[in-house]
Amino acid sequence: MSFLTIENLSAHVGPSPILRDVSLSVEAGEVRGLVGESGAGKSMIGKAVLGTLPLAVQVTSGRILLDGEDLLAMRPRDRRRVIGAKAALIPQDPLTALNPSRRVGPQITNRLVDILGWTRQDAQMRALELLHEVSIPEPERVMRAYPHELSGGMRQRILIASAFAAEPRLIIADEPTTALDVTVQKQILKLIRQMQQRHGTALLFVTHDLGVVSKVCQSLTVLFGGLVLEDTRVEPFFAHPSHPYSAALLAATPKYTDPDASLTPVPDAVIEGVQAEIAAHDRMQPHV
Amino acid sequence: MADARGLVKRRAGVRLWLSASWLGLLVLAAVFAPLIAPQDPLMQDLFGARLPPFWEAGSDAAFPLGSDSLGRDVLSRIIYGARLALGVALIAGTLTCLIGSFLGLIAGYFRGWPDMVISRLVDIWMAFPPVLFAILLIAVLGTGLSSIIIAIVVIDWTRFARVIRAEAMSQGAMDYVASAQVSGRKRFSIMLAEILPNVLPTIVVLLTLEMGIAVIVEAILSFVNLSISTDQPTWGSMISEGRLSIHQAWWVLVFPLVTLFLTVLSFSQLGEGLKDHFDPVLR
Amino acid sequence: MTLLRRILLRLLTMAITLIGVAIIVFFVIRVVPGNPIAMMLPPGAGEEDIARLKALYGLDKTIPEQFVIWLNGVLHGDFGTSITSRQPVLKLVLSRLPATLELSIMALVIAVILGGTLALTGTRRRGTRTEGTIDIVNGMALSVPDFLWGLVFILLFGVLWPVFHISGRVSPALDLPFVTNFYLFESVLRLRFDIWADLVSHMFMPALALAIPLAAIISQLLKQSLKETMHLDYVTLSRTKGYGENHVITHEALPNAVLPTLTLIGVQFTFLIGGTVIIERLFSYEGLGNMAIDAVINRDLPLIQGIVILFALIFTVVNLVVDLTYAALNPRLRNG
Repeated sequence: MSFLTIENLSAHVGPSPILRDVSLSVEAGEVRGLVGESGAGKSMIGKAVLGTLPLAVQVTSGRILLDGEDLLAMRPRDRRRVIGAKAALIPQDPLTALNPSRRVGPQITNRLVDILGWTRQDAQMRALELLHEVSIPEPERVMRAYPHELSGGMRQRILIASAFAAEPRLIIADEPTTALDVTVQKQILKLIRQMQQRHGTALLFVTHDLGVVSKVCQSLTVLFGGLVLEDTRVEPFFAHPSHPYSAALLAATPKYTDPDASLTPVPDAVIEGVQAEIAAHDRMQPHV
Repeated sequence: MADARGLVKRRAGVRLWLSASWLGLLVLAAVFAPLIAPQDPLMQDLFGARLPPFWEAGSDAAFPLGSDSLGRDVLSRIIYGARLALGVALIAGTLTCLIGSFLGLIAGYFRGWPDMVISRLVDIWMAFPPVLFAILLIAVLGTGLSSIIIAIVVIDWTRFARVIRAEAMSQGAMDYVASAQVSGRKRFSIMLAEILPNVLPTIVVLLTLEMGIAVIVEAILSFVNLSISTDQPTWGSMISEGRLSIHQAWWVLVFPLVTLFLTVLSFSQLGEGLKDHFDPVLR
Repeated sequence: MTLLRRILLRLLTMAITLIGVAIIVFFVIRVVPGNPIAMMLPPGAGEEDIARLKALYGLDKTIPEQFVIWLNGVLHGDFGTSITSRQPVLKLVLSRLPATLELSIMALVIAVILGGTLALTGTRRRGTRTEGTIDIVNGMALSVPDFLWGLVFILLFGVLWPVFHISGRVSPALDLPFVTNFYLFESVLRLRFDIWADLVSHMFMPALALAIPLAAIISQLLKQSLKETMHLDYVTLSRTKGYGENHVITHEALPNAVLPTLTLIGVQFTFLIGGTVIIERLFSYEGLGNMAIDAVINRDLPLIQGIVILFALIFTVVNLVVDLTYAALNPRLRNG
């Protein structure tokens, strides 16, 4: 059974839809890529699962099942507890994802102590262990440091360690390498992959980069305008993408075509085709 | 959320119009005081003292807002008081604005030693309790209209100097100023021709706020009996007298207090409204 | 910049400011028309008596000479003698200082509680009607100065619904067993809660009048920076950990949002202390400000000087404290 199941999730900002009947699932231990250009709604899906949607976004229909429990049907307090215990987020920008006025240590251990009821010593031990695992030198010193004293790569490692701290069954990684230097990107990607395998965590990897997907993911969902265009395993996708938009996206990604060939942006005709598809989808909906 | 913002904006518009209307009304009252005031504001009548306002028993229609403990008409005194209040607001506000803004421009645009001197002066000024400073100045200068105006200018020029200095500084760092300097124009003329128009909206906003402050300062000075000769009606002196007879005749305090309150609120709301109007980001 | 250098620099500017204030006051009040000596003598006193008194108060020398003598005295802790009460200025001023300090600090506490509550409530209920109401209340509170709020409170809570005292510092009938003039503080230490209640009942209205404009400023700025902070990633991350909205606001957003507000409170607190002058007069509260106005009216030059310098000293010390607190609270400055 899949650990995360999203069924027919629709969301609006004011009158305009941003998620259209999205369905997808992440099996236990699986890595699924959630791919789309900016504005496709891919981050919104992650936010919907974690309960951090902006105030302006309203979920109009659908279910989000985490470990069999319907998150949207729960009281907010219970939902937060379930999410805090079973899921975690690796955020996009390590520079803004650590609270500048607090030391690093408590920012890793606070979930364990406050939400999961660990003792302070156990949480401390666990944090040190994890910092060690993500290859941070001198973990004791780092625990006492303020975020501004550490480099961007270090901070992203800390955030990864923190995400794995409670042994969540699902981690949502929201473009975790976009804000980093190219050289650091590779290491971080490798680290996330290693940690995921070692801990057997399911991973929903939100990204706009098909190159990253090919390295990390087993399956993927392609999104445009809040509509799922393709949902498939990675191998068949890279061999024969079934949707014209996916094919165009693949053609626009370096390395997977001839590296010397000039990259072709997604052609207007393809975009128009997708937009027609979205319009057709919206016509099918009863008006809210 | 969009709705809430629209609501706030609409309310801001209403506030702006209400403020402008109240101030307009006051200006009319001040200008045509002799025509509209029902009584001579100085006329005492000890037999008609402490008449209540028109809706209470024992009132006199000729004294719609009642009379004070010397039998003077409260409404007429408020109307004549508007002359002094608005006069002080206009003259003291404008003078403060001119002097403060000029010093602020010089400090912010020329930097160097003029800035050093002006900023240090501002620091020293900020270490004075303003009300005490004003009272001290009136004690030195003697009571009277010109003393009040001088006191307000002397206390409050820093309000303009501080803000305009900062604005002139950030304007001075912009490219258009650099290109004007390269063209070889005199710095002083650049300051007036290039910097001044760009800080003008801020100056107008501050001026509006300063007028409200001037009205308050005058009222405070009247309150401690240091404004102008006691026989001229001012809102502050009315409040001061009303405070003493508050248990016998509440209206002597309430009406001038409400007038002063609305006036100060209006100047301030007008200033805030202008600020929003000039600042498209906030809008 | 290291903390030590920061402090030294601030102390230097403080000294310059204080000397500037001293010079200005000294010269301004010596232009005062109206001869203070004449008021002290019985009618018909001779020229000789006047000259003797002038010499006694040093008024026979030139103004710069007087300044040097005065400054020398100040550096030795001697602020001169009050002309009206013939007591040392320092003693008079220090006897009134506690009343003003207690009033100012009470007002500050009220302002922080009121402003902080409004800011937190507004953030918690952002985008709702509650927030809109808070914004309008803030706008009103900011537009009207303490003097007018004081008058309004006198009317409302002194006359229409008399629940608070609106005059004086303490009921004259009470027998005060205190050794210091920090009545409020000492009443707590001595567990005399009857006197404490009486003091608070006198102090509450003037303190509230002083607090309202500051509360509005705190509420406005703190709410704005809280709302900005609420969008940041570490706040979102903390939500995903299972924390509720209240915890997120108070534990994650507040510590970062509070810094800009703190600097502002510093500057505004000096304005508040400046406001005590007229508020004390309005409520006949026996503090420094009230004494200052009497001193001006009585042309008591040494006393005026002493009070103004003391106010300036308080202002600069408050600024210094705020600057240091800011440095201590901000991890970036602390280590850098």
